[in-house]
Amino acid sequence: MPNTRIRVPKTAKAGDAVEIRAIIQHPMENGFRLDSQGTAIPVEIITDFSCSYDGGQVFSVKLEPGLSANPYFSFFLKATTSGPVDFRWVDQDGTITTATEQLEVT
Amino acid sequence: MMEYDNSANWSRRGVLAGIGAGVMLLAMPVRADDASVAQAISDTFGDTPRQDGKIALKLPPLAETGNTVPLTVTVDSPMSDTERVKRVVVFANRNPRPLIAAMMFGPKAATAEFSTNMRLSGTQDVIAMAELSDGTIWQAQVRVLVTVGACDSLQLRY
Amino acid sequence: MNRALVAIMACAGIVATFAAVFAADQVPAQKPISGYDFMTTEVQQLQDDDFANPGLLWVEEGQTIWDDTKVASGKSCASCHGDATTAMRGVATRYPAYSAEAGHVINLEQQINQCRRERQGEPDFPYESEPLLSITAFVSTQSKGLPQSVAIVGPAAESFERGKAFFYQRRGQLNLSCANCHEQHAGDHLRGESISQGQLNGFPIYRALWQTMGSTNRMFAWCNEAVRAEPYPAGSQEYVDLELFERWRGQGLNIETPAVRR
Repeated sequence: MPNTRIRVPKTAKAGDAVEIRAIIQHPMENGFRLDSQGTAIPVEIITDFSCSYDGGQVFSVKLEPGLSANPYFSFFLKATTSGPVDFRWVDQDGTITTATEQLEVT
Repeated sequence: MMEYDNSANWSRRGVLAGIGAGVMLLAMPVRADDASVAQAISDTFGDTPRQDGKIALKLPPLAETGNTVPLTVTVDSPMSDTERVKRVVVFANRNPRPLIAAMMFGPKAATAEFSTNMRLSGTQDVIAMAELSDGTIWQAQVRVLVTVGACDSLQLRY
Repeated sequence: MNRALVAIMACAGIVATFAAVFAADQVPAQKPISGYDFMTTEVQQLQDDDFANPGLLWVEEGQTIWDDTKVASGKSCASCHGDATTAMRGVATRYPAYSAEAGHVINLEQQINQCRRERQGEPDFPYESEPLLSITAFVSTQSKGLPQSVAIVGPAAESFERGKAFFYQRRGQLNLSCANCHEQHAGDHLRGESISQGQLNGFPIYRALWQTMGSTNRMFAWCNEAVRAEPYPAGSQEYVDLELFERWRGQGLNIETPAVRR
């Protein structure tokens, strides 16, 4: 499973806009690079990223090869109630990578 | 010098080898043209009219490498229950594939803002389009100069 | 040069001693400047970001390897060394260094593999493999903020002299030495790109061009090929010697691993 890093603040006040950051280790092969034999390396990318919290979606992305390797996203969540913030990445080969972090809302 | 398609690794060596062998090395388009960008946009948003404004598109004016260009998009929206941004789609008008990514904001998003890193195959315009909950589409466009070094314009194995 | 000195030099056994004394008196040809200072603001910001710096993905993987007890001997790196933040602090500043076990100067990657072979009973991580880059980045980052200070005297002296000769030797179809660009033209431009001093204090680096981490030896190979010279294999003594000289050139520069470069 690819290495991921996520950042969710430990605590937040209800109604706060909380910055969330996520990154996954992935080459995002764009299909244009050549190997040492001069053959094009096929496209190999993460196709979907999503973040959900408190029973709803926060932010999701349909990725294309135009994003950099080790795709990184930051965005803002509206703190409502204490609970897990769930992250999910889907590789084009179907592999699903998940991560989760608890957010305490006061 | 800005014409070299660095991130796509279309090398001088490769092209010369191709010509030498009498082979056209054009399995994939090296760059998008205006028609393919227009096509990518209409595939995404149909023929809904677009207006300029509401989007702040933050990109470096000059990128030293096209492989990791930091991008921040902020759409002016209260993100209330009734007035929201549904999605933002980013295009690069001279990348081999103009569509960069589509970002959707769910009900738990506090603001219509995100940051990421994108690839630019050379100097070109980056276009961000936002679809709002009322169905209107807004756009912003920024030009990024991508510089190329003497060494990394080569196709090197290492 | 006086007659007495020539006589001493004729004695092969003392040549090494002479080289050591000579080397100790040397100073780098220029004040070292980190590659960081040759980057644009965006690249610097990515390196400084304690979350978004992609190199940290490798550092985290390195921590996993450090704690991994699923090896032949059942001993993880941590089993012997303990907490890396204290045990490995300063280690990367001293490599490449002479290894009595190997009988020659080795770099950090080779020291890690030596440990792996002898203490863990495991085969070497291949050069430039993800695990070797990860554990090297992890060990190196423990010295972040500490100045590079490699030893170039004693048993390392010969290696240092070979590395120095490599640095000033013109090579390849372009007939350029390392020094031609990275010493004589550091700060100038090659088309759109500024030329750095070629310092190694940030290695392993996350290089945007590669879209991944890379070692000092990959960078040497890349540079060699850029001047159309046949590169040496990663981990070759030629490159280890060059790394020793290069680290000495950057004596005093703070370790920045994982650095981000264009």
